[in-house]
Order: sequence, then C-alpha cells, then structure tokens
Amino acid sequence: MTPAGNHGAKKSGRKSESKAEKKLELVFEIGCEEIPAGMLPRATDELRTNITKLLTAENLMAGVTVETFSGPRRLSAWVRGLTAKQEDVTSDVTGPPVSVAFDKAGAPTRAALSFAEKQGVRVEDLHRIQTAKGEYLAARQVRRGRTAEEILNEILPRAIHDLTWPRSMTWTGIDGARFIRPIRWLLAVLDGRPLKFSFGGVSSGDKTFGHRFIGKGELTVRNFEEYEKKLGSNGVIVRPQARREKIERELAQLARKNGFQIHKDAALENLVCYLNEYPTVIEGEFDKEFLNLPDEILVTVMRDHQKYFAMENNRGELAPNFLAVINLARDSRGLVRAGHERVLRARFADAQFFWAADQKHPLADNLAKLERVTYESRLGSYRDKVERVRSIARWLTEQWYSSGMIEAHMAEADRAAELAKCDLATEMVREFPELQGIVGGLYARAQGEPDEVADAIYDHYRPVGLTDPIPRNVTGCAVALADKLDSIAGCFTVGVVPTGSSDPYALRRAALGIVKIIMERKLPVSLSLAVGAAAKALLVHKPKKGMTTEQEAQVLEFILERARFILRDRDGFAYDEVNAVFRAGAEDLVDAQKRLVALKSIRKSKNFEPLAVSFKRVRKILEKAELGKSEGRRVQPELFDHDAERELYAAMREAAARVQTAKRGGRYQEALEIIAGLRKAVDKFFEDVMVMAEDERIRSNRLTLLSELLKEFTTVADFSEIGAEERR
Amino acid sequence: MKVKVKLEKKNTGLNFQDLILRLSQFWANQDCVLQQPYDVEVGAGTMHPETFLRVLGPQPYRVAFVQPSRRPADGRYGENPNRLYKHSQFQVVLKPSPADVQDIYLKSLEAIGIDLRVHDIRFEEDNWESPTLGAWGIGWQVLLDGLEITQFTYFQQSGGIDLDPISVELTYGLERICAFLQGVDSVYDLRWSADKTYGQIRLAEEQQFSVYSFDKSDAVAIRAEFDLHEKQAKELLEGFAASKGDARTKYPVLAAYDHCLKCSHLFNLLDARGVISTTERAALMARVRGAACKTAAAYLEQIGGPAKRRELRA
Repeated sequence: MTPAGNHGAKKSGRKSESKAEKKLELVFEIGCEEIPAGMLPRATDELRTNITKLLTAENLMAGVTVETFSGPRRLSAWVRGLTAKQEDVTSDVTGPPVSVAFDKAGAPTRAALSFAEKQGVRVEDLHRIQTAKGEYLAARQVRRGRTAEEILNEILPRAIHDLTWPRSMTWTGIDGARFIRPIRWLLAVLDGRPLKFSFGGVSSGDKTFGHRFIGKGELTVRNFEEYEKKLGSNGVIVRPQARREKIERELAQLARKNGFQIHKDAALENLVCYLNEYPTVIEGEFDKEFLNLPDEILVTVMRDHQKYFAMENNRGELAPNFLAVINLARDSRGLVRAGHERVLRARFADAQFFWAADQKHPLADNLAKLERVTYESRLGSYRDKVERVRSIARWLTEQWYSSGMIEAHMAEADRAAELAKCDLATEMVREFPELQGIVGGLYARAQGEPDEVADAIYDHYRPVGLTDPIPRNVTGCAVALADKLDSIAGCFTVGVVPTGSSDPYALRRAALGIVKIIMERKLPVSLSLAVGAAAKALLVHKPKKGMTTEQEAQVLEFILERARFILRDRDGFAYDEVNAVFRAGAEDLVDAQKRLVALKSIRKSKNFEPLAVSFKRVRKILEKAELGKSEGRRVQPELFDHDAERELYAAMREAAARVQTAKRGGRYQEALEIIAGLRKAVDKFFEDVMVMAEDERIRSNRLTLLSELLKEFTTVADFSEIGAEERR
Repeated sequence: MKVKVKLEKKNTGLNFQDLILRLSQFWANQDCVLQQPYDVEVGAGTMHPETFLRVLGPQPYRVAFVQPSRRPADGRYGENPNRLYKHSQFQVVLKPSPADVQDIYLKSLEAIGIDLRVHDIRFEEDNWESPTLGAWGIGWQVLLDGLEITQFTYFQQSGGIDLDPISVELTYGLERICAFLQGVDSVYDLRWSADKTYGQIRLAEEQQFSVYSFDKSDAVAIRAEFDLHEKQAKELLEGFAASKGDARTKYPVLAAYDHCLKCSHLFNLLDARGVISTTERAALMARVRGAACKTAAAYLEQIGGPAKRRELRA
C-alpha cells in the first residue's frame, strides 16, 4: 500500500488545522408542559446518554462534555467542546486487478479507464494496493466531514424522539409526535447561532421561557451561561442540585426557628425538587385538636397526599406544624400558607369523620362485609382468606408452643388473624388504602383489644421490603407468616405464578417476608410442614381444593429462592456456600443460617478447600458408577484390602460420632472442623487406592464407603458444592 | 403563638352562580358553544354526549357547560363539609387542543378573581381513565395552594377509539373553587346567590339522596332496571348494524347512548348500596363499557368517520 503523491502532506495539513480549531458550545432545551416529577431524574440521564450516543456515532464525541438538567417544564443539555466539523474521511476504493488494468505495453486498459471515470479521477491518479488476492488498482476518495451544525440539526430531534417514557401521548393528532407531555418550544443554540430543526410541530430557535408567574415570558439566549443566568432571574433554577440545596437549607432554617425536628425524607425532597422551578419552603400550622388522630394518619395525609414535611418537637411528638414547598419566590401576604392550611384542615376533618364513622361499630362487624371483597376470583373473598389465615396461624402457634416457646399465644394469634383484614371494609382504608393494617391495629386498640392483638394486626403486612422491619411481637409474626403463606400457596394452586414482569399479588415480596420473619425472629418453622398447613387450609376452606405434591414443591422452592437471595445479596454469603448449606437441608432456615455462618468461618482453614475438591471427586465417581446413595448397602470391613481404606473407615467412624454430638449441640463450626480433619485420610485413600478395582465386590465395597462418606458428612453443608460455578 | 393570616377577605369571593356566569362568559369568548347540563344522571361531565361523543371524529368543536355529577357512593348524608352526593363540574372541551391551552386556562382563573402571582398554581401528574366508557387521557390535576381545582386532560381514547384530533378537556370543581374564593370551610356555607347559601338550596337533597342510595334503594329493582336498559341499548345497536341508507343516517344511536348512561348510574347505585363484589363489579363495568364502545363506533360511522375526514377538511 503505497500512498501516492502528496498524501502525507495532506494529512499533516489537516492535523494543524484541527489544532487551531475553535471548540463550540451547544445549549439545548426541550420546553414542555409539566412533566411528571417522578420521571424527570431518569429522563435527565437518558437525554445525556442519547446525546452522547448520537455524537459518538458521528465521531464528534472526542473531548466533549455533556451535562443535562431538568425541571417541570424543561429538559436541557449543555454540550461543550464540540468540533465545528467532522474530520474528512479518506478511503481507498478498490478497482480492477493490476494484471487486467494495463496491457502488455503498460497502457491502461478499458477496465482501468472506466474505473477512473466512475470514481471521477484521472487514470494517472489511481494508485496500487496490495490485497490478499494480489495487486489492485485503487482510487483515493475523501468523504468531506459535515459541520456540527448539520449534524446537530439531524441528531437533536432523534435525541428527543429516543427518550422513553412509561406512558406517552400525542397532542397534534394520531400521526403526530409522541412524548410525555406536549412540547411547546425548542431552544437550540450552537455557538451563539440558533439551530434549525423541528419536532412535534415545534421549530427550534433561541428562545426559552421563564417561570409561568414570576418571570418574564420569552427570553433570548446565546449561550449556556446566559441561559442559566436569565432563567435564574426569571424564576427558574436550572440545576436540580441547586434547587435541592435551597430546599434543604430552608427546611433546616424553618425547623430550627421553631425548635422542631424534621423527619429526613429523601424521597419527598427529591419529588419536590422536581415539582418546582423555584422551590421556596413555607411553614404552616394546623389545629392542635387534630393531634387526637393517630400520627400515622396525620403523617400520611401530610406527606403522601399534600407533600408536606411533618415535624416533631424535642420530645419526639408530632407537632401541629408543617413545612410546604411552593413554586414561588415568597408568600409575602401569607395567602398560599392560608390556602394550604385550609386544605389540610379539610383533609384532617375528613379523616376525623372517617374515624368517627368507623368507630360506630366494632371491627369484627366488618367480617361480614369482607364476603363482598374479592381476594382472587377462584380463592374467594377476604372472608375466605381470613379463615385460611386463622387456620395456618393456629397451626404455627401450636407448633411453637409445643416446641417450648411460651411466648406463642394461640388465642391472641387467632383473634389477630380474625380481625387482620377487617379494616379493608372501613371508611378510613377506603380513603387511605396505604394505611391498611395500620388502621386495623389502631382501631383494635381503640376498641379494647389487647396490645398483643392490636400490634399484630398493625404489623401483619410487614415486612414490605428488604429493609422494612418484621412484626414486633410473635403474634404479629404468626399472622404475617400465615397471611403470606396463604397468598403464595393459594395463588400457586390456581395457577397465578409470578413471572419476570408480572407479580400482581406481590408474591415475591410475600416470600421475602416469610424468610425475613423466620430468620430475624429465629422462629422454629419447618417450611415444608408450613406449606402443608397452607395446603390443608385451602382444602378445608374455600376453594376446598388441595395442592398437588408438585405445587407444594414449587411453593417451597419459591420461598427458598428468596432465602438464597437474602443470604447472598444482603448478608454477603458466597453463592457456593449458600448452595452447599441448602443442599444439606433448608427446612429450617434458622438452622441453615447457623450452618452457613459456621461454613463461612471455617472456609479459610487449610484443610477445607482441598477436602471440598475431594468431596466433589467422590460425587463424580458415584454419579458415574450410578451407585447413588447405595440403598441399604453397608460397608463390609472384611472386604478392605488396603490400609488406606481401613484408615479412612476408622477415621470416618470416629469422626461421625463426634460430628453427631457437635451437631446435636448446634456447634456447627466444631462439626465442620471435625469433618475437615478427615482430609488426610481422604487424600491418602485417593493416593493409594484404585476405587474401580477389578473385583466387583471390592469395587462395590469401596463405592459404598465413599457413598457413606458423602452421606454422613454432608449434613451440615455439602462440601461438594463448594467452588462450583455459579448457576442461575 | 398563632400567626393566622386571613384568606382573602371573607365573603368577598364570587357567589356560586356568579362563578358559573364568569366561567361561561370567559369560555363563550373563546368561541365555545354554551351547552346545558345533560338531562340523564351522570357521574361526570365527560359522560355528557357533548364530551363523550363530540371528541370522536374530525370536526372541530368547542363547548362549555355545567354538569351536576351524581356519585352516590360519595354521599355523606350532608354531614361532611367537603363530600357530596352530587357536585357540579364546569366542563370545557376544546377540539382540537390549541397550543396555548394552558395559558388560556390560567387566564380563566384570573377571570374568576385568582391572582396568579400570589398563589401557588401547579400542574401535577394525574392521568384520567374511565373504565366504564373505555376512555382515557393524559394530564394533570391543577392545584391551587395545594387544593385540587381542575382536572386537565388531553383525551387519547373515547369509547375505545383512538382520537384524532386530540381534544383537551378541562373540568373545574365548582364547589371547591367557590369555597376557596369565598374562604369558607364548609360547602354548605357557600353563598350561592346574594341571599341564599348552598346549604339552603341543596342540603335536603344531599341528605335524602344519601339515605336513598345507602339505605333505601331497592337493589333487586335496580338490577332489573340495569338489565332492561342494557337490553335496550343492545337492541338499538343491533338495529343500527342491520340498518341501511337513510334509515341508518337517522338511526337513534343517541338513544342507545342514553341507555348506556342509565346503566352507568344504576351501577353506581348498586355500588353505593354495597351489594356488588369486586368480581361482579368488574363484570358489570365491562358490560357498560361494551355498550358504550359500540355506541361510540356507531356514532362515528354515522357522522362520517375518519374516512370522510379529507372531505370535511376541504
């Protein structure tokens, strides 16, 4: 490949050109009707990704920084360091082989001439290139780089189009653009000059718009500095971070002024940060009389419904005050405050009305109404669910009591299970569905149920996630477990099995809750018996249909999968450790967790990993020999013909007794250490002994020995799983 | 220590009837047809044929009207200061939706005496959906100092039919806005006219209809009525399907729609009575939706449908 003519010179010329090149700045803004606040953080990231991706595809990303910002009415981007023009791209177009391009006299043939003509070059400007197939003629072609302006006009509409939204809309008609809300203006200025493109019927230009009420309407912008400054003085703080800081500062100031504490609420702060272009915190109060309502209800109304920050006094009691974030610079006449106070008063008055209406009759009266509230069409109403939950809760507490847990109260658990769902038919939960359970607990207490029962009702939906606490008392744990077991068993029975994308009855969360409650409260629960109890409830009560063995196994596996997840992702146990322990049995999650801790701590000791390798070898040999677990076969010492065999057998018998004792005492680490001590004997066995001996009886006896080794010493953890590849 | 700032001066805001007059005048100036409330019970202004049917097809249309909306389950025997069996919506439909519709809407707030510079107005995500009408849209609830005063929706579908062009629907909650303007805490204290309160005019109605829909209505009779109206709607729609020519053009599709509305109201009565389970609820709603969607399709065909679009534009 010989570069012809002045190619080298050209190249260096281009280089020096680019060195001197001026870098350009783009300011870009999608002006929109109010975008849902919750979607903005993700959209802001996505806009940056889109622009970066599109610039990269055009070879324009080198040395460029892309920053994006957003607020309720705008998504904006600041792109710095853009090159004015793409580099020219030089490439060779291959023509005919040299052998046919020239005649004997060395003159160009028709083939060469027509190739040159087609490429628009003179035949003497063609050059030769070496290819795998021989020497060819080639024409050098230069593709001129396009200007940043041309490219941006093309890619910015795509950057808008490629943003993804949970549910988009059209506003110009069925064939029109789709976006989250109507786009009303597009600002796109490159190096002081407006770009020319359009999207959704809107043409780009150099205009943006300030805050709806506290800014001037139209603003002309030449660069980002001016963009941020002009918007800033017209009621729009461009940077979300600056808005967040303003909110945090003012919240702290107003709280301090009143001597109150604010519950740190990052989610709410984030929401109000994206709900306002110019957030300002104002304070308000409500009548002390409303403090008679439970805090839970007051806080839910303030935080979830009105997006106010609730406050506490220095004794940790809820104060009759709130902080609200408004989209104005100030509330000098106090009108906004008065309006918010009025709205809150009405909401609280409603809550009081619901409370009073609900208290007119005891919670238990609602049981009849639950007949009309469907849980799942085939599983019947909530009334039916209540009966199933009661029967499972009764079974659980009976088990616990007979295993020596004197704090397991059967009567209380039964009462709590009976009342747990009654709040679904109250006015209060109809109004505030997110308070289910809590309202039931509050009503139960107000109606004189014992604390044990009221707290159990209050807590029985817990835990609602990985970090949410479990019910505070054993009765609550019993009802929560029973409710969740019933949901999973019931749904699996009628074929409602969660898939990757769909889990309408939140069964994964229920399974997670079961695991968390058992492990954290250290409850003696045999999972398969518990699933059996749920199956029995389904048989005795509606739908009067039991579970198949496969379904029970499926449910068990579904719960165990969540247990593995918690142990790995939350507690940091290794994949193979969890598998080793679960393979040795996971009926009792508390016990499995103990064995796991022991396994993890012994794993680093010197004998462990080599022994694990040997165990794996044993398993492979046995699988190959298809001996399995050698049903009923016993080791016959008289058939040993090697010392190593005898030594291993002796070591095993001695270890087995000690392992048993340690295990019975719950001393799993000690048990594992004893097992690890077998390493020497096992190693020697494999060094000295041929397992697959010719004599069938000797061979079979050796396999039986190994099978026993595996059976006897994998009950704490199955070492053969250690070091195994991650299987998903 | 209480720093109470009084809301506007008490009793200076618009009377209930003046609020309606101002909004009517404002929207008439925006070239809206001023319509009257529909004379069949409805749960929302959207069910008025001037919304549900007019948003179908290509013809531009602008309309405004007050629609008393009956929601039997929301009745509170006249005892709750904010909840009503029947409240009044002021409904505006602009078809197609103009580009400056938010600005026009905000001007309408100024027209009823709200100073936008000293109040906190915001548009918070709230998509609207009516499962009984097969209708949905994208939009916001408009909050005034934290009070929801308007539902603002870009209709995307009505009667299960994709809309083209897109209409915008504005639904003002008149009682709430009026209570805000007058600075009163109970709807019953609102001044309706110079010398009559909302309570004097409407309290008895609230009490009686709450008693009726919660305690006295005859669920068996209502179910039978539901079936009858559904049957008539169905028969009419079948008749339309079989009709031809001039008879088809003049076929009473609108009457079929009235029967759908009846079904919807009867369903609400059953719901308030607490006699329908969740499963049955979904099934009944699906029945109403089925009839409403068929009516919408028949209506669209009658007015020429999308096929006639080009001619109509020309």
